[in-house]
Amino acid sequence: SNPFEVKVNRQKFDILGRKTKNDVGLPGVSRSKAIKKRTHTLLKEYKEREKTNVFKDKRFGEYNTKITPEEKMIRRFTLERQQNYGKKNIYNLNEDEELTHYGQSLAEIEKLNDIVDSDSDTEERGTLSAELTAAHFGGGGGLLRKKVSSGQQDEEEEKPKSRKELIEEMIAKSKQEKQERQIRRESALELTEKLDNDWKEIQTLIVRKTPKSEKKDKEVEKPKPDEYDMIVRELGFEMKAKPSERMKTEEELAKEEQARLQKLEADRLRRMRGMDEQAHKRKPSHVSADDLADGFILDKDDRRLLSYKDGKINIENEEEEKEEEEEEYGGEEDNENEEESEEESDSEDEEDDAADGHSDLESDLESEEEAAENKEEKKHKTNKKQTQNVEELDPEREAAKSELPYTFAVPESYETFKSLLAGKTIEQQLIVLERIQKCNHPSLAVGNKAKLEKLFGFLLEYIGELATLDSPELRTIDRLILPLYNLCQMFPEAASESIKFILRDAAHDMGEVIEVKGRATFPGLDTLIYLKITSLLFPTSDFWHPVVTPAFMYMSQLLTKCRVTTLQDVIKGLFVCCLFLEYVSLSKRFVPELINFLLGVLHISLPKKQAQGYTVVHPFTPVGKNLELLLVRDKEDLESWQKQNLPLSIMARLKESSRTEINHIRLSCLALCFDLIKKCAALYESLPSFHEIMHPVRILLTQHVPVNEYPEKMQEWYHSALKELENKVKHYTPLICEKKKPVPLKQYTPKIVKVLEFGRKQAGSKKEQERKQLIQRHKRELKGAIREIRKDNQFLARMQLSEIMERDSARKRKVKELLGSLATQEGEWKAMKRKKWKN
Amino acid sequence: QLPTGLYKKVLVILHDSVLPYMNEPTLMMDFLTVAYGIGGAISLLALNGLFILIHQHNLEYPDFYKKLYSLLDPSIYHVKYRARFFHLTDLFLSSSHLPAYLVAAFIKRLSRLALTAPPESLLMIIPFICNLFRRHPACKVLVHRPSGPEDMSQDPYIMEEEEPSESRALESSLWEIQSLQNHYHPDVAKAAAVLNQSLSEIEDDISGLLELSAYELFDKEVKKKAIDVPLEFEQLRGLFGKKNDIFAEHFSLD
Repeated sequence: SNPFEVKVNRQKFDILGRKTKNDVGLPGVSRSKAIKKRTHTLLKEYKEREKTNVFKDKRFGEYNTKITPEEKMIRRFTLERQQNYGKKNIYNLNEDEELTHYGQSLAEIEKLNDIVDSDSDTEERGTLSAELTAAHFGGGGGLLRKKVSSGQQDEEEEKPKSRKELIEEMIAKSKQEKQERQIRRESALELTEKLDNDWKEIQTLIVRKTPKSEKKDKEVEKPKPDEYDMIVRELGFEMKAKPSERMKTEEELAKEEQARLQKLEADRLRRMRGMDEQAHKRKPSHVSADDLADGFILDKDDRRLLSYKDGKINIENEEEEKEEEEEEYGGEEDNENEEESEEESDSEDEEDDAADGHSDLESDLESEEEAAENKEEKKHKTNKKQTQNVEELDPEREAAKSELPYTFAVPESYETFKSLLAGKTIEQQLIVLERIQKCNHPSLAVGNKAKLEKLFGFLLEYIGELATLDSPELRTIDRLILPLYNLCQMFPEAASESIKFILRDAAHDMGEVIEVKGRATFPGLDTLIYLKITSLLFPTSDFWHPVVTPAFMYMSQLLTKCRVTTLQDVIKGLFVCCLFLEYVSLSKRFVPELINFLLGVLHISLPKKQAQGYTVVHPFTPVGKNLELLLVRDKEDLESWQKQNLPLSIMARLKESSRTEINHIRLSCLALCFDLIKKCAALYESLPSFHEIMHPVRILLTQHVPVNEYPEKMQEWYHSALKELENKVKHYTPLICEKKKPVPLKQYTPKIVKVLEFGRKQAGSKKEQERKQLIQRHKRELKGAIREIRKDNQFLARMQLSEIMERDSARKRKVKELLGSLATQEGEWKAMKRKKWKN
Repeated sequence: QLPTGLYKKVLVILHDSVLPYMNEPTLMMDFLTVAYGIGGAISLLALNGLFILIHQHNLEYPDFYKKLYSLLDPSIYHVKYRARFFHLTDLFLSSSHLPAYLVAAFIKRLSRLALTAPPESLLMIIPFICNLFRRHPACKVLVHRPSGPEDMSQDPYIMEEEEPSESRALESSLWEIQSLQNHYHPDVAKAAAVLNQSLSEIEDDISGLLELSAYELFDKEVKKKAIDVPLEFEQLRGLFGKKNDIFAEHFSLD
């Protein structure tokens, strides 16, 4: 088109990969288009603004472009016929319809047939219309027209087709290109691989030629060792006496131990506050513009802050730091060393024996080098366990030791493991476990780690089985905890996995029961023991812990979902409460279920009446059949009660059948409940809404509990609990939000972002991206709409102006006309006057 | 007039399989009003049908919010129809024309009751409360009162008050949520900590949280992969061998 009408949007910089959409514009064309559109829509509306009448065009298909004119005519015709069909004059019997030709009724034409207008005839003859020729001659004209129309149709059909085809073509093309690119890349990769291989082959040829020959020489040499040479070599290789580390004094050892514990405690606290996660999620370190990227980083401020503690300069920090560094070097070793030390300190002499007496058995396991290693490790060990070990070395143990063989293979299945331990005393079992561990220490052979990891699972299963027995062997379990702990320290991952597995099974079972029956029952003693073991093996104060958090969830379900129908259930529930308290004893986390359950337990110890002032929640009900489970009415039993420790075996089977004993157990439960409330009160003292949390418990204790009927001991428990509840200051400070961080000023340091794909905004998750896109689209649409409205207003203003101008000019013209006519009149009149006068 | 079980069954299906097919749903008005007045789970269930009548059939219900307010008791976090109830409550409280004192009373009561709720409900109710704050910025004094009295000996909010306008909720602060920041479940603690900062503009979507079950929560936790497993470092002596072991005081190994 006209080059003066084209506007080119010049790009300042060429950017590779950017697609340009609007580099050429035709302002004239687009403007005229917009104006035309407005005259059709907006102007029409404007002109009809004060008209209420609306013109409706009801001609059939007038604006429908899809129908061809012929078809349109036909349809209109049929419509007309249909309309007229019903409205026939009933008296008009004969004539169904009026036949017409070119809009004139045939009847009339017939009437006028005789008087043919010659003029019109000649006219028709003179200029044969296209229709006429088409009708009469049927030849070229019609064909032509048909062709034209068919051509048009084709065009119409072709247009959308071609566009679609274009898009399809483009897609196909891009796909093909992509494929080609991939193929090319693959082939390139293949080629480089091939090249690498070739190079390697050649390399071996080039480089290793010489060493191989040397090796051969050596091999030749070897068969004739000289005794002298051997001795010299041995001497050369023998370990020279290194200056060993000075033996540490008791004090130093104690200090070191203390520092280690302090460090561990600090770690625990950090995890408890949940700061671990934020710290560990590595933030992209800020790189300033001045960074030379030479790897020189002033990463740590070595200066220590001077701090005082009890009037002395605090030096412990330093030690801790050192300790930390050491830890970093050998985090894993630490555990092993500990392990090692424990094993070896208590059986040093024994191992020597083993090495001497059963060398034939162990020779395949222990080579000389490893022995040296062990010796070294011995040097490093800490002696903290010595005192304890001395205690354990009792004669019984000695006897057990002598009876058993010294080596054990790790059992492959649980059955073999069980048979290994079957029929042995506790002492013997412990020694067997210890020896299994020792003979299969991971440092001795490759597969030992996996084997010992399995052993943990077996041991756990064994404990569970012991707990599910009719008379659970809790003493045995008690002793078995220690090897379990040691194994756990060695293989934390495996241990956590197996405990998680057990928890998952238990929770799954409960979920199924709830789905089927709608309520659950408390699990067996084994599950409770597992929960207790979890608290022994893992730190329960962590903000999040892979094992402890699921355990928390499971216990919460126990306290909310399980029905309390028997005395055993109460004891189990109280056991779980104790677990909860123990879990949160360090972290002081809030457990609503715990308070609820204790409230419920108190509730069932009261005589039946309408509960007032407090509400018990699930699983307890204010009214129902399982009330008064803990109620003791017998005066004698009340009197004779002594606080007793509840035996765990009750949970497995309630042996006591006499009423007195059961009543005593009930009272013990109640005492336990009071004590737990006291502990809770002490624990949650610092919570801001402590009083609201404890409100129902306090009301129940002060208003409903029949204190005077209780024996004296029970009253003591009661009063100590109540005291703990009451003497807390009420202290409320209004909440204040943390201040927002001020938004930092924008800096000139360029932000460097990796571009993965051009033309798309990075950063953020999918959802975030979607939101951003929507916001952007909304902005764009809003801008467009505003622009359109502005243009509309301009257009209207222009129209109004032109209207006004037109009106003005018309008025001016009229005034001029009038003045002109007046002037001529005046002139005529004057002329007349003059004439008269002359005359 | 109906037995409780039947009542519940009827009310559960009433809103989606009875009311839409009735020629004059307003006939159910009396039935629903009576059911709403019964209290407990039946009231919760009647709410749904009542909502349809109010919403589509122009039913005027005086003191509707007061009634709703009195429905809030500790059991709402434990009952089966929790999801349904909170979905509706969310609807009712979504109007921006509610007075601030009413919303504040609801917030305060919900959070007070949350002190006895299980974690799966807590994970739902905390974002719920956050949404209420977003819709009604006038209630933000509950979490941010820079010029309040320094020390109070009593929470001004009156829990026992039936009338939301008399409960003095606007003078109080949300200490309950602050307590929940110490909850044992890490997600709950994190969610509660959100109220420490000023809230973002976008409302949280709670529709996915309504149906959360305890078992799902447990499963989610179990399936999390840990990089390393911290261990207990305190040396132990036996099953009850920890320092200050509670069990040793009350249980014996027999």
